[in-house]
Amino acid sequence: MAALDTAANLPIELDTPVRRRRGLGIVFWAAVLWIALVVTLAIFADLLPLADPFRQALLARRAPPSLSHFLGTDALGRDILARVIYGARASLEIGVLAPLGATLLGTFLGMLSGYFRGTFETLTIGGTDVLLAFPPLVLALAIVAYLGQSVANVILVLAVLTVPAVTRVARAATLAIREREFVTAARALGAGPARILLREILPNIAPLLGAYFLLLIAIIIVAEGILSFLGLGVPPPTPSWGSMIAEGRDSLDGAPHIAFIPAAAMFLTVLAFNLVGDALRALTDPRRGPS
Amino acid sequence: MLGLIGRRLVYLVPVILAVTAFTFLIANLLPGDLAIVMLGDQATPENVAALHQKLGLDLPLWQQYLRWLCGVLHGDFGTSHRTGEAVLHAVASRLPVSLELLVIAELGGVLIGVPLAILCAVRPGSVFDRAVSGIAFASLSVPPFMLAILLIFVFAVQLRWLPATAYVPLSQDVLGNLRSMALPGATLALLEWPTVMRVLRSDMVSTLQEDYIALARAKGLPERRILLVHALKPSSLTLVTVVGLNIGRLIGGAVITESIFALPGIGRLLVESIYLRDFIILEGGVLLVAIGFVLVNFLVDLLYAVLDPRIRHGRA
Repeated sequence: MAALDTAANLPIELDTPVRRRRGLGIVFWAAVLWIALVVTLAIFADLLPLADPFRQALLARRAPPSLSHFLGTDALGRDILARVIYGARASLEIGVLAPLGATLLGTFLGMLSGYFRGTFETLTIGGTDVLLAFPPLVLALAIVAYLGQSVANVILVLAVLTVPAVTRVARAATLAIREREFVTAARALGAGPARILLREILPNIAPLLGAYFLLLIAIIIVAEGILSFLGLGVPPPTPSWGSMIAEGRDSLDGAPHIAFIPAAAMFLTVLAFNLVGDALRALTDPRRGPS
Repeated sequence: MLGLIGRRLVYLVPVILAVTAFTFLIANLLPGDLAIVMLGDQATPENVAALHQKLGLDLPLWQQYLRWLCGVLHGDFGTSHRTGEAVLHAVASRLPVSLELLVIAELGGVLIGVPLAILCAVRPGSVFDRAVSGIAFASLSVPPFMLAILLIFVFAVQLRWLPATAYVPLSQDVLGNLRSMALPGATLALLEWPTVMRVLRSDMVSTLQEDYIALARAKGLPERRILLVHALKPSSLTLVTVVGLNIGRLIGGAVITESIFALPGIGRLLVESIYLRDFIILEGGVLLVAIGFVLVNFLVDLLYAVLDPRIRHGRA
């Protein structure tokens, strides 16, 4: 430490260009804070002094924000604040589990096809091409209609639709790493494919996949909103941001807050995940070189 | 170059076949019996069985698929069991709506995105650049249905300037058609421009650091000419890809936008065919959409090669 202190005081330090520190910035931390807030509220929703999100009050329909209902009530007189917080539960549950499943499977397929190449790679990439050529929403609607409408099935559908993208990212990253010297060195030392994939390649592509995972959460929250908006997502009466916005559409004239409050919650959450994911992706971007 | 095209085209055939087989499987896994849908709940078992036989629904699935595929190869995509409408006719009558929406969306996205990208790229890091880039980034987080509702709220509910859900065919009334397409078109264009802007800005910033741009400046060429002639074309490669991918995606119709604004486009045709168990329409529709998607992607690859000499000569 002492050596560092003296080095910093040497006049020669003034001549070397000072590398500007690129901090993550206040916006990044605001986004992290918002995500933390939403996650905390969603987890502890049952313990909070909230109104019952299912209780209808037909005399207090479409009430504007007031002291008894901080964010007002919807077309059936249900408390919007409680429904937005319980809706965060559905959005986050689907938004985390679907990308998680897709990332695990996609990383597995992408790494294997990028490392072993050959027929397996052709089949995997062909499979992703088939899934990508399919109109995604039609596929989702058909599968939900077949399997039945439940949170688990929505997660399954959205995970299946996300696998091709993850597979391609993981494969491209693996292709870039497999020719590097340390992989050759490991192979020369007699490491088998399993060891190379898990100990050499996976740690190197994990940061990229992690950042991609956060961006996928943002995409999936929107996708879940779309399914719920079309009436094929989270089954009612369980609140979900998408279905709340859809229900509020009929009250735009007179009580626009019913649609815009869940819309704002969804926008801010998606934006926060995009901001954090993008910042982390920029940090792991190989084009910037080793930092 | 020709070899490249040939190999790509041959590769597309199994992809398309897999898509159709997959659609067929999904369509037949859907609960609900088409014969009962057609005959009503009161149908006797004999009538249902007779209709099954007539439609070929009693055959094993793979035979049904081969029969259908055979028809497609002869140019017969089948007719809807429900309405008796031919698939090609149903798709052709819906296609203009989706295509018009596509053109408005891409045109709008490019008209907003490209000038902003150039203005930002001239002075990267300036206040203008940071503001526009920030807005573009935030716009990427706006869910499509939310934007549609916001536009309906402002322009249809509050200002009452434009209709929200009264589609007028182009052949009937051009002005009325444009009015009915304004909000859905604006929705898609506003979702489109941030991508266009971000992609072009980033490529243009690096192009403007090239030596030949410095040379053009040293020669005293006007800035406008440098930007629009020397810098724009080499910077537009990624842009072409992104716009191409979006066009491919929109060929399948913008399901959300079409259903919110009640536009009779391809997206709604496919969604309705799922709800109504109209498998023949679903099958044919998905096939045509997938072919369109794959072909557009293929054309984008070709265009890419035309624009970038390195690819044209490198891989040929």
